Amino acid sequence: MKNKVQNILLVGVGGQGILLASEILSEVLMLGGYDVKKAEVHGMAQRGGSVVSHVRYGEKVYSPIIPEGEADILFGFELLESYRYLPLLKKDGQVVASDLQIVPPGVALGKENYPEDIPDKIRAAFPRSRIVNAMALAQQAGNMRTVNTVLLGALSNMMEISAEAWNQAMHNRVPAKFLDENLKAFALGRQA
Amino acid sequence: MDKTILSGNEAFARGAFEAGVKVASAYPGTPSTEILENIAHHYPSIDSSWAPNEKVSLEVAIGACFGGARALCTMKHVGVNVAADPLFTLSYTGVRGGLVLIVADDPELHSSQNEQDSRHYARFAKVPMFEPSDSEEARAFTRLAFEASEQFDTPVMVRSTTRISHSKSIVYPQAPVENLPAPSLVRDPAKLVMLPGNARKRHYFVEERLANMAEWSCSQSFNRIEEGRGDVGVITAGVAYQYAKEVLPEAHVLKLGLVHPLPKQLIREFAARCKTLYVIEELDPFIEEQVRAMGIEVHGKDLLSVCGELTPGRVAAGLFKQEIPEGFTPTETLPQRPPNMCPGCPHRGVFYELNRLKAYVTGDIGCYTLGFMPPLSAMDTCVCMGASIGNATGISKVLPPEEQKKVVAVIGDSTFLHTGINGLIDMVYNGSTATLIILDNSTTGMTGRQDHPGTGYSLKGDPSYQVDLEGLCRSVGVKHVYTIDPYGLEETRELIKREMERPEVSVIITRRACMLHKRDLIQRKPPLFVDADKCTACKACLKLGCPAIKWNPTAGTKGQAEIDKLICVGCEVCMQVCKFGAFGVCDEK
Ligand SMILES: Cc1ncc(C[n+]2csc(CCOP(=O)(O)OP(=O)(O)O)c2C)c(N)n1
Ligand code: SF4
Ligand code: SF4
Repeated sequence: MKNKVQNILLVGVGGQGILLASEILSEVLMLGGYDVKKAEVHGMAQRGGSVVSHVRYGEKVYSPIIPEGEADILFGFELLESYRYLPLLKKDGQVVASDLQIVPPGVALGKENYPEDIPDKIRAAFPRSRIVNAMALAQQAGNMRTVNTVLLGALSNMMEISAEAWNQAMHNRVPAKFLDENLKAFALGRQA
Repeated sequence: MDKTILSGNEAFARGAFEAGVKVASAYPGTPSTEILENIAHHYPSIDSSWAPNEKVSLEVAIGACFGGARALCTMKHVGVNVAADPLFTLSYTGVRGGLVLIVADDPELHSSQNEQDSRHYARFAKVPMFEPSDSEEARAFTRLAFEASEQFDTPVMVRSTTRISHSKSIVYPQAPVENLPAPSLVRDPAKLVMLPGNARKRHYFVEERLANMAEWSCSQSFNRIEEGRGDVGVITAGVAYQYAKEVLPEAHVLKLGLVHPLPKQLIREFAARCKTLYVIEELDPFIEEQVRAMGIEVHGKDLLSVCGELTPGRVAAGLFKQEIPEGFTPTETLPQRPPNMCPGCPHRGVFYELNRLKAYVTGDIGCYTLGFMPPLSAMDTCVCMGASIGNATGISKVLPPEEQKKVVAVIGDSTFLHTGINGLIDMVYNGSTATLIILDNSTTGMTGRQDHPGTGYSLKGDPSYQVDLEGLCRSVGVKHVYTIDPYGLEETRELIKREMERPEVSVIITRRACMLHKRDLIQRKPPLFVDADKCTACKACLKLGCPAIKWNPTAGTKGQAEIDKLICVGCEVCMQVCKFGAFGVCDEK
């Protein structure tokens, strides 16, 4: 078998919980028996800046960062950030993104504009993409804070990882009292 | 033990634990900080602590090693500038218990003020340096470094980079070593008292030690040749090894685990079988220049940049002269998303007022450096930790009296205790006229909120003596010391204005805890709202740069300010800026 490495790029805004989501994702992949690497940058990025986390898995992974233009999946937690990082996606790659918008300072000050119709532009360039109304689904699951779990659910459709492995990782990572709502959120995301 | 997935920093901590480390000391600095945090959290048998700066942390580790215990010290690259003095002479004394210094470089300056390459320090101080290329090696090399330290009677450096420290990969933990010798007092002046007569002799020992290690390292498994096909060879180390494997999967590779001293004999043998030889390394041509000095023809920085970090794409672009592939590119210019101070950050009001007072602000390093960014735009210099104070003194010396009044130094509480206090002593001693503002948010915010001697807690979270900043300033001779809550804008402005006028040193301590403070000193208050009937679209509140305040261009007739209730923490600073009383407090639900 050729050593095929799969690349998932997580993007969003500092404070959205992206690092925790990539943590769960890499745990699932390790439980799935893959070699896994993930890379990210702490520090400045936490203060509301743009945040990127690279997750790579396969039989043997070398570079912890995804080679430019080789991301298979762009996993976006905020719309503008998803749009910003499209250049790193493969030609036939796909996007799973939240439709949430967080305005950057230039836009908040009325000096710049938040780009319009991002979901349409994404879908036009990468037809297999999914833009999810994750907030609404999280609310439906009973807690706004499960929004990242909804997104993981949506992502799980695009990966060849068994439902049990996901289940196991959720049990390992999520505190017992939040487990039910998170399992529900995951299921809602998976159906979305 | 089972395999597990760890970050480089978690793996360094694991390696230290396995090596039987007794004492670990550090000062925080991205990307090294989590090593000590992990030790404190997971390995309570190790005595771990935050020192006020890197020099002290290394001196603590040296003491433990002189006592016969294994000791660890960690810091970011620029920390070595601060700790260089003890490091260079420690190289001469050598060790009793093993001593390892982990240094984390930051190619690409993800969170640093420069891009210096620590490998030069290893060469300069004549100490060996290991460089792991993933988390498993971070664990294993840390262990190995302690053994080598004792075997060769030398401190050992381990170099990390952001992509090692903050990347995760699979690790195979081992059982810790047992039966290390018990610490004890030993008098050995010829080795431990570095006066000229003793040090002169030790210098010969140091040179011989390096030569021995260079020879030894030719036959060690951490320096390995990976056979490929064809006649292209690569010499590489650290995370660059991973990029080399990614880009040149067929090449022969000499992977160096020890980057100083170099295994010259092994390099010669390897080079002899390659027609084309590349050195793939991040930052300076450290290996490349030494290989070329051996008379070997080699490519490196003629193809790859000295500046910034490498990536697989950048390596391929350099070696094959091909473009970095880019997929879909947006046609519009996208709004940037730079980091910003948090909503309710206690620093915000101070910089807002410094801007209004048109002060010339010599700055320093911390979250407050973000006071440089528009719209606050109130920082004029930033060099290194502690520099704000000396810079203010120096610039005042050369200005006419009217201009001198404008000079204000700002420094965080952690930075003040790191290397700021010396500058203040100089200010008083030499009659500076500048004003100093200590931004006391009761934590080391920038690096993720660590305790320090001014917070009253230790790394392990135990209560400890809390430095009295006012008392400290008075004790070095500052006559005018004032403390103020920076949430009160008018009082803060009046105080700064008054003290700027004073032709004498004064210190203003702005005291209010960081919004993200760990011990919950913060009571979040109900969020504010903007009354649409009162907002006149003057945009005054936008000058605060609070992430919770947004301009809605379509509201009202001329647009209006709005507050994001999800992130507003109710600090009420914006309320004081609005002349029209448009800000109100939301009802608590
Ligand atoms: C020599 C050196 N050591 C460590 C660092 C990393 N670092 C940057 S700012 C900072 C301290 C910030 O704390 P403080 O001064 O209290 O300001 P705050 O971030 O809390 O506003 C540290 C440790 C550095 N830049 N240089
Ligand atoms: S972490 Fe604390 S000090 Fe830093 S910007 Fe946020 S509130 Fe301010
Ligand atoms: S009260 Fe005003 S300044 Fe404070 S966090 Fe809320 S919007 Fe920002």
